[in-house]
Amino acid sequence: MKNGITNVLIVGVGGQGVLLASEILTEVAKVMGLDAKKSEVHGMSQRGGVVTSHIRFGEKVYSPLIPSGESDVILAFELSEGLRWIHELAEGGTFIVNDHKLVPPITATGKFFYPEDAIDRIKARVPGAKLVEATDIARELGNPRLVNTILLGVMSQSIDLAEDTWLEVIKKMAPKGTAELNRKAFLAGRSD
Amino acid sequence: MEMLLSGNEALARGVFEYGGEFASAYPGTPSTEILQVIAKFFKDDVYAEWAINEKVALEVAVGASYGGARSIAVMKHVGVNVAADPLMSLTYTGVGAGMIIVSADDPSLHSSQNEQDNRYYGKFASIPVLEPSDSQEAKDFVKTSFEISEQFDTPVFLRITTRISHSKGIVEIGDRETVEHEGFERNITKFVMVPAYAAVRHKIVIDRLEALKEYAETTDLNRIEWNNKDVGIITGSISYQHVKEAMPDASVLKLGMGYPLPMKKIAGFAAKVKNLFVVEELEPFYEEQIKAAGIEVEGKKYFSNHLELNVDRVRDGFIEAGLLDASVKSSTALAEPEEVLPRPPVLCSGCPHRGMMVAMKKLKLYTTGDIGCYTLGALPPLSQIDTCLCMGASIGHAFGITRAGKSDGKFVSLIGDSTFLHSGITALASVVYNKGNTTNIIVDNRITAMTGGQDNPGTSRTLMGEPTNAVDLKAICRAVGVEHVREVDPYDLEETISVLKEETERDACSVVITNRPCMLFPSKIKDEPYTVILEKCTACGLCFGVGCPSIAASDEKNDKGKPKAEIDPITCTGCTICAQVCPSGAIVPLEQ
Ligand SMILES: Cc1ncc(C[n+]2csc(CCOP(=O)(O)OP(=O)(O)O)c2C)c(N)n1
Repeated sequence: MKNGITNVLIVGVGGQGVLLASEILTEVAKVMGLDAKKSEVHGMSQRGGVVTSHIRFGEKVYSPLIPSGESDVILAFELSEGLRWIHELAEGGTFIVNDHKLVPPITATGKFFYPEDAIDRIKARVPGAKLVEATDIARELGNPRLVNTILLGVMSQSIDLAEDTWLEVIKKMAPKGTAELNRKAFLAGRSD
Repeated sequence: MEMLLSGNEALARGVFEYGGEFASAYPGTPSTEILQVIAKFFKDDVYAEWAINEKVALEVAVGASYGGARSIAVMKHVGVNVAADPLMSLTYTGVGAGMIIVSADDPSLHSSQNEQDNRYYGKFASIPVLEPSDSQEAKDFVKTSFEISEQFDTPVFLRITTRISHSKGIVEIGDRETVEHEGFERNITKFVMVPAYAAVRHKIVIDRLEALKEYAETTDLNRIEWNNKDVGIITGSISYQHVKEAMPDASVLKLGMGYPLPMKKIAGFAAKVKNLFVVEELEPFYEEQIKAAGIEVEGKKYFSNHLELNVDRVRDGFIEAGLLDASVKSSTALAEPEEVLPRPPVLCSGCPHRGMMVAMKKLKLYTTGDIGCYTLGALPPLSQIDTCLCMGASIGHAFGITRAGKSDGKFVSLIGDSTFLHSGITALASVVYNKGNTTNIIVDNRITAMTGGQDNPGTSRTLMGEPTNAVDLKAICRAVGVEHVREVDPYDLEETISVLKEETERDACSVVITNRPCMLFPSKIKDEPYTVILEKCTACGLCFGVGCPSIAASDEKNDKGKPKAEIDPITCTGCTICAQVCPSGAIVPLEQ
């Protein structure tokens, strides 16, 4: 944390739900009375490209973009995307990655290879990196779509926002009829 | 009440709150959501429509303004080029009710073909330019823009950028306020731009600019935030936010009005600070004018006109200028990134554009391309688009290259339905008129897909969700004089190849139109998935060549160690293109 601002970088692949997750986090910060900003480029998100979302909150936030190397928390929805952005982590920051691979079609050209050693490289760089089996947890809860909320739950452990507010916002923003499931998913992640 | 809104949402909210009655736009990232938000939330109070292109969007909005409705025309930066003709004379006529042109610029070209700086249009047209620096200002400046427009009888240019459009911040919202305006009042010397009347109006424009300069000196859009006077920074738009974070101790002159500049205020500020800088994204727009006024200032020397600025780049500039200590940067700011494979955007699984491009590749055609999802066909493995300049250019390109007569190979143009309607029709008529013999392909997926699935005059739905008459593309092509207009099913490769072959061999202008809808918009399409029979797959790699995100290399290899293919049943839509290119019959419906 620098100047009292918390910086969270959420990364993944188009279609994985990065945008909704960052929306929820920013709303939680706002409801807690903090200044909050969120920035992302989503022009190509529907075509399987890289998606990143910057979320910043604190007393007063100016730039919507996190400066290099100042991300207090990085939450990656996919392994190679985690690896792509790991250098943005601040010293002592928290790195959380979903143990999930999405191999891009470009590998079919035979010129590019998916980093099969992603986990090792992540651990070598950030020994304390947290690997989350979000897909397994979601399956146990009975719905593969809960991955995002589980990941938010895991991340919520490393930032100082109230559990009640998280639950209130998730209830408000969850798709119709899924509020209870998402609550469970969040709490499962929060205690993982 | 406070809400978390993107710049686009806040701007749309501003149109509602400040008495806007009429909004027209052609979609374009990063501006598109503005009209979608108006149509979704405020359609009882504000009329909203997709125009066929930006020129028409501006013209109808101008009509509404002449007719007494506060109006707004919205477009991405390159859209203003298309609308430049009405703009340059609109500045002479002035407006009726308040009128705003929103230009959404795209520094860093996140989703554009260039990163032009549209503030120059304000100077070019002698109209005021307002530049919000966050979501709250995106809303507030709508009010000020309407007021300036009515007070000075001028259209107002509200210039936002991708970071304003797509960043969310906290916005204080309010209720709708309306302003009464009369309908159109005949005033021939004001509204009819023939030479004699326009000459008089030009003088009015020159005087208006002088009045606006005075306004710029006193408006609170431009404010000084005094601090340490060692460094004074003139800035605006999103750069203001980066500056406040990177240089918290500096004095700042924040320009909310980027044109005309408050030159007296700037001179006063300059006189009080030791080192004066301009921090602005893209071109040295303020810097050139300030230097021309004889004021010593540094800008682009430290803050390049290439790509977006951010806190790092602002810090780096001041470190280089010797005014900031390098230790402000994070200890990991210079950490080496890991090497990771690229993840470029791709045509969706089952996209109907794929079949057409595979057929074109098979025939070894050159493709003058256009702007839309099909432009993604320029990337490997398809690599089937050879040019892409601006919307509508493909048809003229194919004709020009062919008529120049120096290139081997056959050149066909490839254009989408929305782009054809936007600016392809005139090009096609011109080619026919000039006795062209090119083949022109319209990939008609019945939607404007690239920008997120907007309706257009071919889709028979309006932005407000009402059914309407649809343009008949085939009838248009025939009407401009094309004798050979063919429809093909892009999921039938054999048919598509044979029709393309016939038409490209014919010595006459022809049009080939595909007939399959987009897989994503207006609703997702998914048929039974296909699968690879590994025993039959020889790992020839032909299916990889269609560039489908559902096809991947499996762990199974042939005896030369080449990977066999596999298909993801969840994302495969069953379009069958890969099955049609497979020489071994190894790709079959999963059901079997
Ligand atoms: C002058 C201009 N206006 C808007 C855009 C933004 N834009 C890029 S592609 C596109 C439309 C593409 O629609 P279509 O031609 O139907 O192709 P599709 O994406 O559906 O395949 C738009 C509006 C632009 N690049 N230039």
